[in-house]
Amino acid sequence: MEQGRENIKFEDALKRLEEIADYMESDNLSLEESLKMFEEGMRLADFCNKKLDSAQKKISIILKDKDSNIVEEDFTLEEE
Amino acid sequence: MSKQPFTVSTLTTYIKDIIESDVELCNVTVTGEISNFKYHSSGHMYFTLKDEDAKIKCVMFKGYNLFLKFLPEDGMKVIISGYISVYERDGQYQLYCCSMQKDGLGSLYEAFEKLKQKLEKEGLFDEERKRQLPLLPEKIGVITSPTGAVIRDIINVSSRRYSNVKILLYPAKVQGEGAKESIVAGLEYFNSRDDIDVIIVARGGGSIEELWAFNEEEVARAIYKSNIPVISAVGHETDFTISDFVSDIRASTPSHAAEIAVPSYNDIKYKIKNIENRLISNIEDNITRKRYIINDFMRIINSKSPANIIVQNQQYIDSIQYKLINCVNNKIIFNKNRIEIAVNKIDALNPAKILLRGYGYVENKGEIIKSVKQLSIDDKINLHLSDGNVKCRVEDILEDKNGTR
Repeated sequence: MEQGRENIKFEDALKRLEEIADYMESDNLSLEESLKMFEEGMRLADFCNKKLDSAQKKISIILKDKDSNIVEEDFTLEEE
Repeated sequence: MSKQPFTVSTLTTYIKDIIESDVELCNVTVTGEISNFKYHSSGHMYFTLKDEDAKIKCVMFKGYNLFLKFLPEDGMKVIISGYISVYERDGQYQLYCCSMQKDGLGSLYEAFEKLKQKLEKEGLFDEERKRQLPLLPEKIGVITSPTGAVIRDIINVSSRRYSNVKILLYPAKVQGEGAKESIVAGLEYFNSRDDIDVIIVARGGGSIEELWAFNEEEVARAIYKSNIPVISAVGHETDFTISDFVSDIRASTPSHAAEIAVPSYNDIKYKIKNIENRLISNIEDNITRKRYIINDFMRIINSKSPANIIVQNQQYIDSIQYKLINCVNNKIIFNKNRIEIAVNKIDALNPAKILLRGYGYVENKGEIIKSVKQLSIDDKINLHLSDGNVKCRVEDILEDKNGTR
């Protein structure tokens, strides 16, 4: 979890975040544990928010060029 | 030599007359499969009857179809009785249906059922093997026609839910010759990449023939083989294809597919915010709980601490000291009183004081004279008064006969 944070999937991060929230709700948690969980949770929440907001919208289409190579091009809807 | 040319109308009428006068064609029974069935709001039914090699346009007017005990549908194999005539405006000959009966299941429908059963038996539709869709796909691969409402709906709905969505369109043939190969190629292409999180295979509504590519075994197997979850959105809500069964999720429409694939930005934001709040209130609760525990212990520790014991002892000592001081003070006051009383008494008995009141005493050679018997005539005596002595000589002694007064 600690290393390669950049590579974790949004989904795994969110799932871990939910786990942490559930875990923290159990009473018999030491303060150290609780603080550690809290810190990790807030980092994950930050990661999720960033991931959600930093993506760039992109709609593209797969085409073949004249040499039959596959290329990706921006796709725009035809006006009706 | 030159014949008078027909007008289109007269030619059509001529053809119509010939067809209508044919004994065979004016009362004919035909078997075939229904396709392109349209139940017009006027109440008339329009469709095509076909077999492998040919088609014929059919119409069944309201007056006849009222008596049908079933609703014809695409793929249905039927036996129709009626007559052939020409619809002059379109120059189209057609079968005017007077009655219709079901003739077993249509061959396409039969093929569909057969394949469905086969793949079901093989476990291609098993719920356990359905892949979970990612919550927030990085990139969505869409296999459909690059033109028309389907891709537009998918892009519009996706963008509305999550404005940062990434979509990669694989333009595919979705009906007719080469359609199944095109769809399979799309699935394989997306699986060859490593950035596609979910695939949508979509097509708009159409007849069973138009949707047929999605009932092909090759397409079903390609969906099954895909390592990426597949959402199938083929035809209208009422249309079911083999692709729908084998895919991980069946969407009723392309828009619905986009809704399934793309999370609502607001929903996820809310969810994260919610968890954040939970984390914060949890840590605060925990700290408060721990603080209570600490306070409890502090109270216990304080009550048993040496400092507290010293303070308590100090207090005890102080109280004893106070008592002692009190005691001593009382004694002093008490004795002072006694002394005062005694001094007063002594004072009252002072002989000098008595002398002041007019008494005197007699002394002879240092002896206090209390009786006349102690004296003789001519004794020189001292009479002590308050303010001095008188030297006297006894001239006579007169003793009281009845003793002391």
